[in-house]
Amino acid sequence: MISLYTRRRIINKASLTLSLLAMGFGLFWLCWILYTLLHEGAPAISLDLFTKTTPAPGSQGGLSNAIIGSLTMALGGTLIGTPIGILAGVYLAEFGSKGWVAPATRFINDILLSAPSIVIGLFVYGAVVVHMGHFSGWAGIAALALLVIPVVLRTTENMLKLIPTAMREAAYALGCPQWKMTLFITLRAAKAGVITGVLLAVARILGETAPLLFTALNNQFYSNLNQPMANLPMVIFQYAMSPFEDWHALAWAGSLLIGLIVLGLNVLARILTRQQGSN
Amino acid sequence: MTTELKPKLAVKNLNFYYGNFHALKNINLEIPEGHVTAFIGPSGCGKSTLLRTFNRMYDLYPKLRAEGEILLNGQNILAGSVDLNMLRAKVGMVFQKPTPFPMSIYDNIAFGVKLYESLSKSEMDDRVEWALKKAALWNEVKDKLRQSGLGLSGGQQQRLCIARAVAVKPEVLLLDEPTSALDPISTAHVEELVHELKQDYTIAIVTHNMQQAARVSDFTAYMYLGELIEVGETDTIFTTPRQKATEDYITGKFG
Repeated sequence: MISLYTRRRIINKASLTLSLLAMGFGLFWLCWILYTLLHEGAPAISLDLFTKTTPAPGSQGGLSNAIIGSLTMALGGTLIGTPIGILAGVYLAEFGSKGWVAPATRFINDILLSAPSIVIGLFVYGAVVVHMGHFSGWAGIAALALLVIPVVLRTTENMLKLIPTAMREAAYALGCPQWKMTLFITLRAAKAGVITGVLLAVARILGETAPLLFTALNNQFYSNLNQPMANLPMVIFQYAMSPFEDWHALAWAGSLLIGLIVLGLNVLARILTRQQGSN
Repeated sequence: MTTELKPKLAVKNLNFYYGNFHALKNINLEIPEGHVTAFIGPSGCGKSTLLRTFNRMYDLYPKLRAEGEILLNGQNILAGSVDLNMLRAKVGMVFQKPTPFPMSIYDNIAFGVKLYESLSKSEMDDRVEWALKKAALWNEVKDKLRQSGLGLSGGQQQRLCIARAVAVKPEVLLLDEPTSALDPISTAHVEELVHELKQDYTIAIVTHNMQQAARVSDFTAYMYLGELIEVGETDTIFTTPRQKATEDYITGKFG
């Protein structure tokens, strides 16, 4: 019979080993992906990448139109989706304690959150592209906004719900109206968390291909939002599938760019969440 | 001091329900102006519930309801027509856990004041200083008014909350176990403060600490299972209670 203490020590060691192995397993793939991206993509990084448009096979070029397109549409989608998501999240957390509207909204949002992005793309194709008669940057923004809303909504609601009831009661006890309390106290207390949600949403839409396939499509040149618009994921998809070596190199460079941006956004989000925690 | 007691709050036939649970049973009580009234009793006896009817905190939650009357300066605050925000301007509250808002020390105080008054910058400066001095916190924070209130120690945070409640210039202060999360030194600070504040305010304090009730209060109410068992001058309650139940609780035979 081993003593209780020894048994606990063994269980502790075993749990620690298993969780370290799990972490190592995850990190292994992440490092491999990063290594591949750097190895294949880094040689193609040059000034041209940021200044020249996507080339025809065999000629010199870069990804500037795709970079600008991606950033424009991500910005547009974020600007439209964020306010809607935050407002709806605030409603669910602060105002929707009674009635059926809040549970229904939460349920629909969960569906939206887990909906395959290609379904969102097809929906926007039917709702916007068909009516406009052509692919466009606006349609891309609409599809991306639809992806941003559920992410931002969910994080906003969760972050607000983390604010202790005592803080709300303290505000009410001063005679503070609900809207002022929400705006100046709970949203403020949850600020870092809400921003984190927005950053994660941006990180998500920057890499999305499927919703852009049926909406913004692609463009060889710079374009305005009324025209089909180039974007990194579509260019990567098209170039990686092509038989041309120089296109492959550009696809790797584009992948590296997206990878680094997404990684950066996630790191930033982690830092912000940590600050929230230390408050 | 028994000769000219003016009731600030008068509770008449108050019954309170959490859904079907009858939490307060036919409470009748007067809280005299300019004095400290302590509420003691075992956990779950309804003392916090009673306190939270005085500023209608229970209104925030569905399924809670109060029946009867609570008169503040002779006006029934349980009436539907009462403006809750104005009521809470007159009846301030400090909670068990310190709850500084996520903003600077200065803004923590100014926030409540701005809800009711539009003061100039210098008037607001004066008010913030006044409130912090009232709460015996001024000397510790006067050089860091712009720093976050969250950076203060627990005891300082609680005094900040008291300053925040005082700054609005309420008539009644409700203290719901204000020192249960504080160390002995901070507790002593807060108790001294209660002594100071009763010059200007009517104070109702809920406490689990019998010595605290004896130290800070003029009157004590003992509650048990939703009923008010006995209320009277603190000296009397602690030395010669009329009810056996009160004596048992105070002497530690139960609870």
